[in-house]
Formats: sequence, structure tokens, C-alpha cells
Amino acid sequence: MAVTPAAALPLGVAADVRRRVGASWRSYAVLAAISAFLLALLLVPVGAVFITAFRDGDGSFTLGHFGTFFSTGLMRESFGNSLYVAITSVVAASLIAVPLAYVTARFQFRGALLIQTLGVLPLIMPPFVGAVAMQLIFGRSGSVNLLLDETFGISLPIMQGLTGVIFVETLHYFPFILMNLIVALRAIDGAMEEAALNLGAKGWRLFSRVVFPLALPGYLAGAALVFIKVFDDLGTPLVLGQTNLLAPQAYLRITQVGLEDPLGYVISVIMIAFSILALWLSIRVMKGKEYSTLQKGGAGIQRRTLSRGEAWLAYAGIVLVLLVVLSPHLGLLLLSFARVWSFSVLPDDYTLANYATVFADSTGMITNTLLYCGLAATIDVVIGVSIAYLILRTRIPARQWLDFTASAAIAVPGIVLAIGYLRTFQSFEVGGVPITQTWLVIMLAYSVRRLPYALRSCMAALQQINISLEEAAEMLGASKWRTVRRVLIPLMAGGILAGFVSSFITAAVELSATILLVVKESQAPMSYGIYLYMQSVSGRGAGAALGVLLVVTVAVGTYLSHVAAERANRSLENAR
Amino acid sequence: MKAVAVECIGIGLAYGSNQVLRNITMAIEPGEFFALLGPSGSGKSTLLRLIAGFNQANRGQLRVDGRDIGHVPPHARNIGMVFQSYALWPHMSVYDNVAFGLVERSVGRAEIKRRVGEALALVGLGEYAQRRPNQLSGGQQQRVALARTIVIEPQVLLLDEPLSNLDKKLREQMRLELKRLQRALGITTIFVTHDQEEAMTTADRMAVLDAGVLQQIGAPRQLFDNPSNQFVAQFVGSTNLIAGHFDAVHGAFISESLGAIPLAAGSAGTALSIRPNAVRISSTRSAGGFWFDGEIKESEFLGEFTRYQVNVGQASLIADAPHLSTTPIFQPGARVQVAIDTAEARVVV
Repeated sequence: MAVTPAAALPLGVAADVRRRVGASWRSYAVLAAISAFLLALLLVPVGAVFITAFRDGDGSFTLGHFGTFFSTGLMRESFGNSLYVAITSVVAASLIAVPLAYVTARFQFRGALLIQTLGVLPLIMPPFVGAVAMQLIFGRSGSVNLLLDETFGISLPIMQGLTGVIFVETLHYFPFILMNLIVALRAIDGAMEEAALNLGAKGWRLFSRVVFPLALPGYLAGAALVFIKVFDDLGTPLVLGQTNLLAPQAYLRITQVGLEDPLGYVISVIMIAFSILALWLSIRVMKGKEYSTLQKGGAGIQRRTLSRGEAWLAYAGIVLVLLVVLSPHLGLLLLSFARVWSFSVLPDDYTLANYATVFADSTGMITNTLLYCGLAATIDVVIGVSIAYLILRTRIPARQWLDFTASAAIAVPGIVLAIGYLRTFQSFEVGGVPITQTWLVIMLAYSVRRLPYALRSCMAALQQINISLEEAAEMLGASKWRTVRRVLIPLMAGGILAGFVSSFITAAVELSATILLVVKESQAPMSYGIYLYMQSVSGRGAGAALGVLLVVTVAVGTYLSHVAAERANRSLENAR
Repeated sequence: MKAVAVECIGIGLAYGSNQVLRNITMAIEPGEFFALLGPSGSGKSTLLRLIAGFNQANRGQLRVDGRDIGHVPPHARNIGMVFQSYALWPHMSVYDNVAFGLVERSVGRAEIKRRVGEALALVGLGEYAQRRPNQLSGGQQQRVALARTIVIEPQVLLLDEPLSNLDKKLREQMRLELKRLQRALGITTIFVTHDQEEAMTTADRMAVLDAGVLQQIGAPRQLFDNPSNQFVAQFVGSTNLIAGHFDAVHGAFISESLGAIPLAAGSAGTALSIRPNAVRISSTRSAGGFWFDGEIKESEFLGEFTRYQVNVGQASLIADAPHLSTTPIFQPGARVQVAIDTAEARVVV
């Protein structure tokens, strides 16, 4: 009988290897250019921060600055406070996100869209903008407490001290856990749950022993991100007047004591160390546990319908969260139209004057935001596409290094990057002006900080394109470069646009590097402008108006990137 | 256009320690329709991609029209390839897909229009120029891929599993159409397939590959009638293989399972290949062939013929008996007489 011998070669390996052609000199040129960019704008500045933290006055190695740090009461307190705020925020965010995620993934439920909305609403408002509005609503003499005091004679001290920071950060960042967890829960193979059911597990035990552990990687990825974001956040504590935390201390040290003060650098090193630790822990726990994968053709976990009582409970919970989540948006909107809003539940009088003020005084800020973020996002997608191409389409040595380094920017707090820039580039001049006093450094800091977002988009876009689409072009006479231009870029357009927009909008709400790098008001982007306005009670209205403009910009941008990504997905159905 | 020859001379390709192609030497004649046949992982696609320029040989020479093209990049080779997945660009219309190669060659607008029109007419898709690829059926997409490739008038046409994504009926229709098109254009064509029926029905000549080694090369009939080794005998058609050796002194093939089988001619080898249609089943012995007593183990009625598995001595043979309405069908357990047509038996290595 005709018997086909078993395949003699591991087909997957051969296929993978032959996808990649040797690297040309052009690839090396691109590799060199990107390496130079990352070296100059990420590694050297961050390295300078590390060196300064460990160097004595005479240039020798020392741990003395760390000794000083831990023997200073304020520093120890700030360190403890930062850890407390970050960990408590992760816990609080989990308490909101886990039940919401579970309900969406588990039940036939019309509230799913509401929960999706919940996932986006907080993210479109930078937390330091939301903080002001939250004070007006939940503060000691805010709307809620005034009402509570009138009716019940009690008040909730939820915006006091560190609790206020935790409250604001939790509401802003819980979507990271929610979104990651929903994706992870949806990817669980239903057969695993059925197997557990079949063996007698159900209810809470089924969830805690099978379902949640399977979704753990998604949860941890979200939780690590929340930890880092909260630990590194500068704007929220500053706006709330809480300076006994690490990020504000670093800022105060550099701005008030000076660029030579070693404690600012020690704080920076500690912040980076904890960011890396959080990422490392989440990756380590996930390692070798890629088990939440849904097989092709398999079904997800069972959805069941909620009973009437359960549905009421679920809706009530969601509406409550939605109300709290929406309160900063609402508060900001009210504040932007308020003539006076103080010691009252709602503003006493409404006006358009705040918007008039903003358009009269601050059009420069709007232009600056568009300029800096536009340029930064452009740089990001150019680098993102290049790195994606080098990694997925060539066998150039050290290509993984590029991906790793560019992504590592996510572990560097904005304030640390800014300190590094000030330290490294203070002696560089453009046209007689130190480069650190120009808007160029602000824009470059944005591009480095938001590179990971654009890079992910571009990688995902290129991964979806079957390589034979490019080979077909080459076979028909197109050179590598012509193939990139006529086939690759058009096919990646949706992903590139999505990457551009996500870089753009996240750069638009950047404050922690901005706040250190802006040296005069004419350079200020909107985020810094809002911060400035919010410093005085009389400026709050105009700050809120500028905030509303920023939130609208970000919301529209988010929506557009969503549409672009969807459209790209649809048009690429044939390209895989 | 002049048809060209393609020659592989001692081609070797390895990824690290993984030898994908070993010392492939073969010459494809100008204008020939040539098949590369082999199981998956045999290296046939790698060889095709090497001719297209997407893989680089570690050793040996690749000549097209007598010229070594080993270091010419894919886009400068003028070798057309139709991909298994068709690789039509979803962001371009059918017209733009087909016009792509002509645009790259800086052909004038009017001529592009004329040649795209001709190419689409040739594959019967003249009406579909403004459609998007994803608005076409699989068969139509295949035709567009073909039109896109032949419109640049390549020296050599490569087809990677061209029919594997089509359903059976469409496959047979496209097979004939491909053959007609190839004859009309007279272009040297190499196609890769794992389906021996496809190779045999379409190709002028074919090469069988296994584990990166060229097993045999020749016309389909030649490979079927005179396979040079056990692999080819098994892969091109079906066969019974009896282990043993040829005894030239007695003119017989000596095997442990069936004893001595007299052969008119033979050569050194390790097995005897007997096609199932050269094994006859009957209730009584008659003239011709070399007879054994046997017992039916299984029977499969396939319409045109019945396929028996029959135990003979210590061997188990497959026998295909042509079927007519009057032919009896033996049931499992039936004692039968089994004849081997020794003129059809071949000693293979």
C-alpha cells in the first residue's frame, strides 16, 4: 500500500526560518539609527540618573545617598506612603474590576456594553484633572458631603489625605484590570470549566479554583500596570496637595533644592526599581502558564442567564460604579461652566466666560499640545513600524534588543526621564539656547515615553499580514523598499493609525515629565496649562474649561483609533 | 517569447543542522510542464521558493536559460509565482492587483490597460476588474493570482500547490484549464504538489522528492511503470512491497514470505513491487501468472473495482479486481487462488 512516510522535517521550524531573509545594509542602517535614538534618549539619561544616585562628590561609588534617604524621616515616610497608596489602589481597583469582569464574562447580560463604557470613561480623563473635580464633589465641603451633612448630619472623609489619592487613582486605573481580565476570561476554554463541573466543583469553588486561576495572567498584567501607574503618578498627589509621596518628593527636590541634590536621584532609582519589580513579578508568575488559550473552534466558558434578583443586584452595582466613575467628568463640566462654585452642592451661577478666557489666553497651549504630541506620535509610529519590520521580517542580530529596550520605556516614570534629560543634556545647546530649555526635549520625552504603545500596535498590524503578500510583490518586480511602500504600509495603515492616536492621546495627558521640562509658559502644552490654572481658586474655572477640551480631544481620538483598528481588522481578513 | 530551461546543479540547503535539500540536480526543459511531487516536509516547496529567490542555496548552482541566477534578488529574476494562498492584496482592486507588476516595470498607462485586459480575459474574469479580492470566490481568486503572474510575461512560471484550496470539482476543471493555458503560452512551468494524481494528470515530467533528496525524475508513466526505489513505488500509485533479493542465476526473486518468484528480468534490489492491479484473484487457477493459495481477509467494494486484502503464505497482498455486474465478490474468509503477473513486478532498491 502507498504509505506516506511521516514528515521528515519539523515543518514549523523550517517555515519560520524561511520567512526571514538575510539583513541588508539598509536594515543595519535602520537598526543603527533606532539604537542611537534609544541610547541617547532613554538609556543614557536613565543611566545618568543611576550613576548620580550611586556617586560620591569625588566621583567614587557610594551607597551613602541611599543611607541618607533611609535615615531621613520624610523620605522614609514618603516611601512607605507610596507603597501604601499603590498597593491599596491595586486592591481597591481589584474589588471594583473583578466582579464587573466576572459578571460580563459569565452571564447573559445586557449590561455588557455599559461595562465596556465603564472601561473607557476614566481613561480619557487624566487623573490630575479628575482630582480637582472629585474634590468639588466628594471633598470635605463638596456636593456629596454637603448633602449628607444636611440630611444625616454625617460626612465621608474620602478625599482627605492619602485616601483621596487612593480614591482618585483607583477610579482612574481600575479599567486596566477590568479590560485585561475580561479578555483573559473570554479566552478560557469552556471545556476546562466543564471538566471541573463534571468532577463536582461549582459556584465559588469553581471560580476560585479553576476560572480565576486560568484568568490570572490577565489579572496580573492589569494589576502590575495599575501598581506602576499609581506608584509613579506625580500630577494627582500634587493637585491634591499630598507631597509626602516619592514622585512629588523627587519633583520638589529637583525644583527646590536643585539638579545637584542626590536625593532626587535616589528616589528615581527606587521608583524605577519598583516598576521593574512589579513587571518582573507579573511576568514571572505568568511564565510557563500560557493556559488560558481558547482552541480554535472551541467554545468559551458557559454563560448563564441571571435570575431576576441577581440582575437587579448586578445592575445596581454597575450603575453605582458608573455614577462614581462619571462624577469627575460631570464635575469638570459643571466647573467649566461655573461662575462661582464653592460650599454649595451645585454651582451658583453659570457662564461661558471660562471658555472665553481659555480661547483668549491659551490657544498657544492647544497649539503646543497638537505640535508636540503630533511630532512625538509620528516619531513613534516611524520607529514602531521599523522595529516591527526588523523583528518580524529580518534576521538581523540584536533585533529583540530593540523590542525589549523600546518597551522598557514603560517602566521609566516621566519624572525620572525628565530628571535624566536635565542632567544629560544641560550642556547641549541649539542656537545658543540650552536644549533643555527648548520644547524639543518635551516632545522627545513624549516620543520615548509613548513609544511602547505605538510599537505594540505596529507589531500587531505586521503580525497579521501574511508574508506571501510581500513575496508576491517582489516576485512581480518590486524591490524591498517598493514592497514596503506599495503593499506593507497600506496594509498596516489601520494599525499605524491606531498606534499614532494612542501615542498622541496618552502624550496629550502627560504631566509628570512635562512639569519638569517646561521652563516658560509659552512652551506649555494643555496638560501643564490645566495644572497651572488649577493652582489658584480663581483659575479653576478656566482650568476646567481647558480640561474639558482635553478630555474631548482624547475621547474623540480614542473613538477614532477604535474605529481605525476595527476597520483595519476587517480589511485584513484576506491578508492573513 | 522564448521558452527557457531551468537547471539545478548540486543544490543543497540547510538551516543550521537541518538539511532541507541535499544535492539536487535536475534539468527542466524549455516549455516543459514540470511537477515537483513529494510528501509535506520533503523540501519541494523550499526548492520552488529557491527558484523564485525567496530562499538561498548553501551549495550548488541554479541556472535559468544557462545563466547562474543564484545571487539575483527575487524582484529582478522575472520568475512568476502563484502562491498557495494566492496572496492577493486586499487593499487593491482586481485590476490594480494584476497591474502591479507592470507598474513596477514602468509600463505606459495605455499598455497596462491593454495587457491587464488581455490577462483577465485569458482567465475569464474580464468583468471582475473593479471587484476587490474578497468579493471573489476561491476559484476566481486563483485566476486573478494567475493573471497577475502571467501578465508580466515571466520566463518561468511557478505554481505552489495551485489546486489545494479548491473543492474537488473545481480542482479537476482548473487542472485542465492550467494545462490549456500552459500549452497556449508555451512557458516553462514548475508546480509543487503532494497529490500524485494531480502531478500525473498534468505534468509532462515530474520529480519525486523525499527528505530533501531527489528520488526519481521522468515522465509520469515512466515513474509509475518503472519506479527506481520503494519510496517512488509507494508514492506514485499504490503497490505491494515484498522484501527479498533478486537471484540472477535462477532468474527468480527470493523472499522469505512468498518463496521464489520467477522473473524474466531483474536487477539488484531489496524489494519486489507489485501493483494491486497486477494481482489477480480467482476461484480456480488459469493460464498466465504465478499462482498461490490464498485467503481473503478484507474486501472493499469501490464500484469500478473491488479492493481485496488477501493473505498469501506469510504475506498480505492488496489486489484490485475490476468489477462488472457479473463479477463475483469474495467474502472475508473465502479460500481463493491468487496470481501475480510477473511481467508487471519490478525489483526496487
